[in-house]
Amino acid sequence: MKRLAALFAVLDGTTKTSAKLSALTAHFRAAPEADILWTVALLSGRRPRRAVTTTELRTWAAEAAGLPDWLFEESYAVVGDLAETIALVLPPPSATAASAGLAETMASLSDLAHQPPEARKAAILAAWATMPADERFLFNKLITGGFRMGVAQGLMTRALAEATGQDAAAVAHRLMGDWTPVAITLADLLAPTAGGGSRPYPFALASGLEAAPDSLGDPADWRAEWKWDGIRGQIVARPGAFAVWSRGEELITDRFPEFAPLARALPPGTVLDGEILAWGEGAAPLPFAALQRRIGRKSVPRKVLAEAPARFLAYDLMEADGRDIRAVPFAERRDRLEALVAGLPPGVPIAVSPLVALTGWETLARTREAARDRGAEGLMLKRAASPYFTGRRRGDWWKWKLDPYTVDAVMIYAQAGHGRRAALYTDFTFAIRAGNDLLPFAKAYSGLTDAEFAEVTRWVKAHTLERFGPVRRVVPELVFELAFEGIQESPRHKSGIALRFPRILRWRRDKTVAEIDTLDSLRALLPPRAER
Amino acid sequence: MGQTPLLTFTDRGIHCPAGDFYIDPWRPVARAVITHAHSDHARPGHGAYLATPGTATVMRHRLGPIRVDCAGYGEAVTINGVTVSFHPAGHVPGSAQVRVEHGGEVWVVSGDYKTAPDGLSEPFEPIRCHAFISECTFGLPVFRWEPNTLVMARINRWWAENAAAGRVSVIGAYALGKAQRVLAGLDPSIGPIVAHGAVEAVNVALRGVGYALPPTARLADTTGADLRRALVLAPPGAVGSTWARRLGEMAEASASGWMAIRGIRRRRGLGTGFVISDHADFVGLTDAIRATGADRVFVTHGYTGPFRRWLEDQGYQAGVVETEFAGEEADVGADQGPDQAGDHALPTEPDAEGGAIRE
Ligand SMILES: [Zn+2]
Ligand SMILES: [Zn+2]
Repeated sequence: MKRLAALFAVLDGTTKTSAKLSALTAHFRAAPEADILWTVALLSGRRPRRAVTTTELRTWAAEAAGLPDWLFEESYAVVGDLAETIALVLPPPSATAASAGLAETMASLSDLAHQPPEARKAAILAAWATMPADERFLFNKLITGGFRMGVAQGLMTRALAEATGQDAAAVAHRLMGDWTPVAITLADLLAPTAGGGSRPYPFALASGLEAAPDSLGDPADWRAEWKWDGIRGQIVARPGAFAVWSRGEELITDRFPEFAPLARALPPGTVLDGEILAWGEGAAPLPFAALQRRIGRKSVPRKVLAEAPARFLAYDLMEADGRDIRAVPFAERRDRLEALVAGLPPGVPIAVSPLVALTGWETLARTREAARDRGAEGLMLKRAASPYFTGRRRGDWWKWKLDPYTVDAVMIYAQAGHGRRAALYTDFTFAIRAGNDLLPFAKAYSGLTDAEFAEVTRWVKAHTLERFGPVRRVVPELVFELAFEGIQESPRHKSGIALRFPRILRWRRDKTVAEIDTLDSLRALLPPRAER
Repeated sequence: MGQTPLLTFTDRGIHCPAGDFYIDPWRPVARAVITHAHSDHARPGHGAYLATPGTATVMRHRLGPIRVDCAGYGEAVTINGVTVSFHPAGHVPGSAQVRVEHGGEVWVVSGDYKTAPDGLSEPFEPIRCHAFISECTFGLPVFRWEPNTLVMARINRWWAENAAAGRVSVIGAYALGKAQRVLAGLDPSIGPIVAHGAVEAVNVALRGVGYALPPTARLADTTGADLRRALVLAPPGAVGSTWARRLGEMAEASASGWMAIRGIRRRRGLGTGFVISDHADFVGLTDAIRATGADRVFVTHGYTGPFRRWLEDQGYQAGVVETEFAGEEADVGADQGPDQAGDHALPTEPDAEGGAIRE
């Protein structure tokens, strides 16, 4: 833990990529193998099972620090991070013990999961009592999970590649998929697997297009596709292996039993990139919410299967006949993809995402306007000559999304932000008008500058009507324009609607609460019934 | 105990009706008793000031020609029949608590204070009283300071590493107080110590009334290899400004109690944060309040809501004094909040003092 704390101090104390890279590389050269495996696992978002609940942690920490629960919670609201709050409120270590390694710590945490509560409490309190604050913080982070140490996966991959003398793209590929640090050696993890198993490729990611599309040059060098609003995924079909992966590297094969026939239908040694959509009989896919109902479930009931059948719209072909063809130009990969899908037996739930005619940027802009009718969010622009690159690389692939919907709403609740913005009110709840009432309908917490947040914060403090812990109810007076990507019916919400990706577009100082939008005007944006 | 309390809270500040004077008032008054020279406590425009000699000298430098009477620590002054005396607050050199006694009743106004010694300021002395008005800038249990010697050792180690690598070390610290206590704990054998103009002006004022500070150089006189080994003390606003850009390759650090919280540290964007404060931490506040023997406590500046409730849990009769700042500044502190330290417009050298001296 001492070594990890030292690494974290460097990573946390710098914004320079070069400094982070060299600290990570040095760590990968010097740390024991088991610790390296755990570091790689944590930095690639693999989280161990939680041995202790956060409720237990806060109760035990408050007790060990001699604080009433309410004061612990006030502190947490200011710090914004549970692991850090605990590390800070506990008294300094009463004794020092030899610092355990990362792998050893993870092993003892995993053992705790099977112990009775008193034993778990005793073990955690004993660990806290012997750790300095920085190690305590990391220890708590390991328990609460989701710990990336401010390092992008790409950077970790580069450091590991450098430390082991391998190609970074190859390392990125090998770290994909399903592996656990306790059941593998570093050599095995980094060795090229015969046939590749079910391991996916790192996804190529597009950047948002901000400039005018004609800045991209000759339309003939580009291909356009619809940008679908589903789950980006990869289908891997290799001899003896079939897997469906989400972009978050989650194995979702079992969630989509419709795709099982592809295991036999696809030629062995095929890897496809595409979008999973719920698509019934209509000309457009079902809204994202239909798909969402399937994601949370381990198994999919027949009723849901019938109501929201999944279809895979393929974008790309990365592996054909067992060969990695990611370096082949996109236009050629696309030709091979079309030929492959055309040769599949009828009835398999897969299609190639169609190309959109691209003769000129102006006509394409008009086509884009129709995206919403097609159930798409906009267009994707891909350079015909582009390889299937690793991660996000600007220049070859662009998302050209539709302008979002907007609504004017009034702020009714404000909550202080977390972490970097712990001092400011940054999380707001907004209301629209429903008859004579103000109806809460959306939360948003980004889109203003730091200076604007500071100004709103001062206003909030001077216009608080009520306080509930960290939340303040304020005078309904400040009007904001919110942007959002989509709108759906939602019986779970008081307003009966749910917005997709709401965020603050701008502060409308020119508008009063009398001028905000109404529930009716918002409901008018709901997709027509027939499509749902 | 009469009908009117000995001290009352008005929109001009803390008022003593019997003696007709104010303590750290924020609007112009005829007679002001000042705890210390920070700009949120010592405002311009009062008819007459009463302060310790250390506070008076910095105040004169900051506010120009003002009428100041001085009283040393423990020296009783009578104002309209009310006895007033200053007692060390340990906050910055010359800082004081104000003890007010009338008709057998004693109130103490803490001003800003800290209980742990910093190697320079006159150490805090608890004063027995019936009612205590306490700041609580860091009145949450997440704030817990390490001993000064430990933090200073860490700062010196950081400086030595930078000096060995040929990087200038730059520490952002308040021009009055923080800069001098850091200065007092630096190891001059590592390299030259350079003071920003705003810091040096306070150094000169304090040396003039007998505070022993290590020698400091001006940036203009420090060049080449000397500069590469130097440690520069500058107000927080000057770090990262055009003034700092002429230093070449450097390592930057902030010295503040707020650096205890990672989110604030990261928001400031400065690489290294040294947790070093001139305010009492949570344990310090709790201990200091207990030592006064007061059963009535009023809290001001900082986490007043939770800290008041904590005091009530401990059996005190506790209230909150709203200050002029409470309504308009960040929750993390009406006093020395991170916003004043780094996020405001960056002052340049000649006028760096305005925002930077405030604490
Ligand atoms: Zn102050
Ligand atoms: Zn002060």
